[in-house]
Amino acid sequence: MVIALEGLEVRRGGRAILGPLTLSLAGRGLTILLGPNGSGKTTLLRALDGLERISRGRVVWPDGGPDRATQAFVFQQPVLMRRSVRDCIAFPLRLRGFDLRAARARADVAGAEAGLSDRLDLPAQALSGGERQKMALARALIGSPLLLFLDEPCASLDGAATRDIEATLARARDAGMRIVMATHDIGQARRLADDVIFLHRGQIAEAAGRDAFFGAPRSPDVQAWLRGDLLA
Amino acid sequence: MGDIWAGLVQAFWLIATLDADLIAIAGLSLRVTLTATLIAAVIGLPLGAWLAISRFRGRRLAIATLNALMGLPPVVVGLVVYLMLSRAGPLGVLGLLFTPTAMIVAQVIIITPIVASIAHQAIRELWADYHDLLLSLNATRVQRVTTLLWDGRRALLTAALAGFGRAIGEVGAIMIVGGNIDHATRVLTTAIALETGKGNLSLALALGFVLIGLAMAVNIGLHALARTERGGRW
Repeated sequence: MVIALEGLEVRRGGRAILGPLTLSLAGRGLTILLGPNGSGKTTLLRALDGLERISRGRVVWPDGGPDRATQAFVFQQPVLMRRSVRDCIAFPLRLRGFDLRAARARADVAGAEAGLSDRLDLPAQALSGGERQKMALARALIGSPLLLFLDEPCASLDGAATRDIEATLARARDAGMRIVMATHDIGQARRLADDVIFLHRGQIAEAAGRDAFFGAPRSPDVQAWLRGDLLA
Repeated sequence: MGDIWAGLVQAFWLIATLDADLIAIAGLSLRVTLTATLIAAVIGLPLGAWLAISRFRGRRLAIATLNALMGLPPVVVGLVVYLMLSRAGPLGVLGLLFTPTAMIVAQVIIITPIVASIAHQAIRELWADYHDLLLSLNATRVQRVTTLLWDGRRALLTAALAGFGRAIGEVGAIMIVGGNIDHATRVLTTAIALETGKGNLSLALALGFVLIGLAMAVNIGLHALARTERGGRW
């Protein structure tokens, strides 16, 4: 599976907030998008998933357009439907035409894998922050996507919840899922990344394998950021 | 105070003795209003949801028009429906004037904008929450509307009940198109108007109390059926 960006540019209010970018995401593994606030991480993820209005250039998907059957997105703020946790997780399957009983049975399994077995009957809004993000991840994974996008899924979560989510992502990656995730957390990038794309002011400052990125970064911006300097 | 007390006592006796006229009038009130509410909900709820999720030229004008129609004067609606259904009108051949069906038509016209407008407000907020999720899951337009209607069902019940409340208390339009004919088109509101005109204030008040009780019973019953204020926070 290859997704390519060809001169992709996103403009808002007459100002370019992302790009122009040319990039190819191929093969397997877990790509981490790093960068300061406003660098374009979320916009890039949304463009890759086909959610963003593109001003110039294009995204080239394997089948010509975003394939929702093989893609999934986990948002930074989990979307809490006015349903039980079980029905929230089952929702993508219901959209695909699964009958209620079959979708719920699959949701029970997905919920158990996410550690939510004893929460399935609760309203989604009754979950804690970490549980909400686990539910959102279970909802994204229930359709067995080939490509998973995550926008800072562990922001504001504690260590235990972050560890659980990282373990789930590592399992999915090892099972062959292609994952692209935005994060602020350098430690998380070190733990999970196969390769890293560093964005700054809407441009790719550096794209490299994990070891090269953290061991010998070429971009002065990345070197400064890894030292802990603030990027303007 | 004396009239109010006498009205309460009379209302109690009318109910306790299962007064045949009262049951007929109250039954017709319920039948007409619930039917009108159901039809208005079938039209207004999807219309409100569609307006919330759609982007088209003239959308703001459509929403503003819908909001303005919430204040439709019932007497004017009644007059227009009367002209349409009268023997010389374009729909006169249907022979619906002075029937409960004509009253339902008038009520549907009056309350559909209310139901649709309140539904639009509720669904718009829900759509803001669900927008990215439904788009990322490639939900079709029909799936988006049905998802929003289902998940917003409790707010939409409120929209339907607002329509019911407006309809059951309506008198101007149904007086014109129904004619307040005894044992045919007389409902609680038109009976109250009639008894007040005759100076029979205690009976008018008694019917008024029955009307209020009926409206409250339907509201409480529907809330109980829909299990609002229960089942946590969804």
